This record gives sequence, C-alpha cells and structure tokens, in this order.
Amino acid sequence: WRAPPGTRTLTPRFGPSKPMLAFRFLRALTLVHRTAANSSNAARSRRIQRAAFASMAYSAGPRRAWSRALLCRLHFHRARRRCAGRRRAAGVPRRPSTTGSPADGLRRLVPGGTGMDYCGLLEETADYIRCLSEQVKLMQSIVDSVGPGGR
Amino acid sequence: MSGRRSRSRQSISPGITDEQINDLMAKLQAVLPEARPGINHRVSAARVLQETCSYLRSLHREVDDLSERLSELLAMADIGGAEAAIIRSLLM
Repeated sequence: WRAPPGTRTLTPRFGPSKPMLAFRFLRALTLVHRTAANSSNAARSRRIQRAAFASMAYSAGPRRAWSRALLCRLHFHRARRRCAGRRRAAGVPRRPSTTGSPADGLRRLVPGGTGMDYCGLLEETADYIRCLSEQVKLMQSIVDSVGPGGR
Repeated sequence: MSGRRSRSRQSISPGITDEQINDLMAKLQAVLPEARPGINHRVSAARVLQETCSYLRSLHREVDDLSERLSELLAMADIGGAEAAIIRSLLM
C-alpha cells in the first residue's frame, strides 16, 4: 500500500499522550522547584531543560530509537554525575558543527542519529520533531499560565 | 524528462526504492512548519534536510529559552497554587 503522491500520510497516533507528557513534565518541574529553589538560574534552567527531554523520552517510551538514545544518555549521565564534576546538560543533543552533508547534520541533531540508516533517520526525525513540538507547546502554555497576567 | 537526479545517494542501502525515500521525505515535510502538500515533489531532498536541520535547531533553541523562563518563573511564582490551574488548562 502506498499513499498517492501529494497527499498527507496519516500515521496512527501511537505517540505520547498529551496529558501524560504534561503530568511528567509538571512533576519534574515541581521537583526542581522543591530541590533547586536556592540554585542559580542557570543551574535550574539546565535542570528544567533536562526534565523537558526526559519527559519527552519517557512518554515516547522505548518504541523509538531517538527516545531510547535519550533515555540511555540520561541514565548514563546520572551515573557519571556522582563521580564527575559538573557536566553539559544530559539528554540535550550536541550543537552540531557545520561540516558534512545535510544528512550528517541531521544525524547530529537527532538523538541516536549517528547509528541510523538513511530511511530510519528520516522516520525518526519526523517523530522526534512531532514530540519536540508538543513539548515546546506544553512549556509555552505553562509559561503562559504561570507568567504575569496568566491565570 | 531527462534522467537528472538531484538526490543525495550516500548511505542508502541498495534495497530501498526511490519511492520509499519520496514517501519518507513527504512525511518529514508534513511536520515542517511550511508544509506545502501540493508541491512536495519539486523540493529536492537536500533542501528538505536543510530545512529540517534548521527547524530542529530552532526547536532546541525554544526549549532552551522556555527552560530559562520557567526557571525564572519558578523562582518568583507560587507553583503550588498555579499547578491546579495549569493542569486544568492543559487537559481541557
């Protein structure tokens, strides 16, 4: 079966449910609020960023290569943090250099991308973008609710 | 139409057809902010990948910015009181 060219392919919605994503992220935010109240803004912001990627990855679960890669990275970082000093925020995809083909650039941006073949990379990227957009929308709506003037 | 192809051929396994690549490209374009379903076939693969990369970079930047704003808000606001309101508005 192949969709006729030009039509939007409908994918079944296995993805993370929005309420679950919201619940996970809010829970993480509450934890950050409780435990990092006296930290610097930068440290708290890094923790929130980690929490954002963690919520995404946990909500997507192990069904996707990008979420598996993020989860591995998060656990690895947590284990190393006990011995090592301060590190770059875990789970955050590294900023890419500007060498190589566009596909290589994409591999560096998508978690787990370097291990994927071309087709896998395209599929994973589409799913990753969908989930990342949801996460951004979620964070924006929290900012809007909590921020000045929000109720 | 001449046999000119502008598609990149690197790291593609031999069993994959051009049609499959096209389908995946279409899926990818559909999630990009300027999805134009009608003229998918005119955009080169390299162009789609480049747009995807810059979109991803902008999404990562948004996460960074929103994390900073949330961090500031956490410092100021009474998150406990706002939690119920947030959950209500998110699940509506």
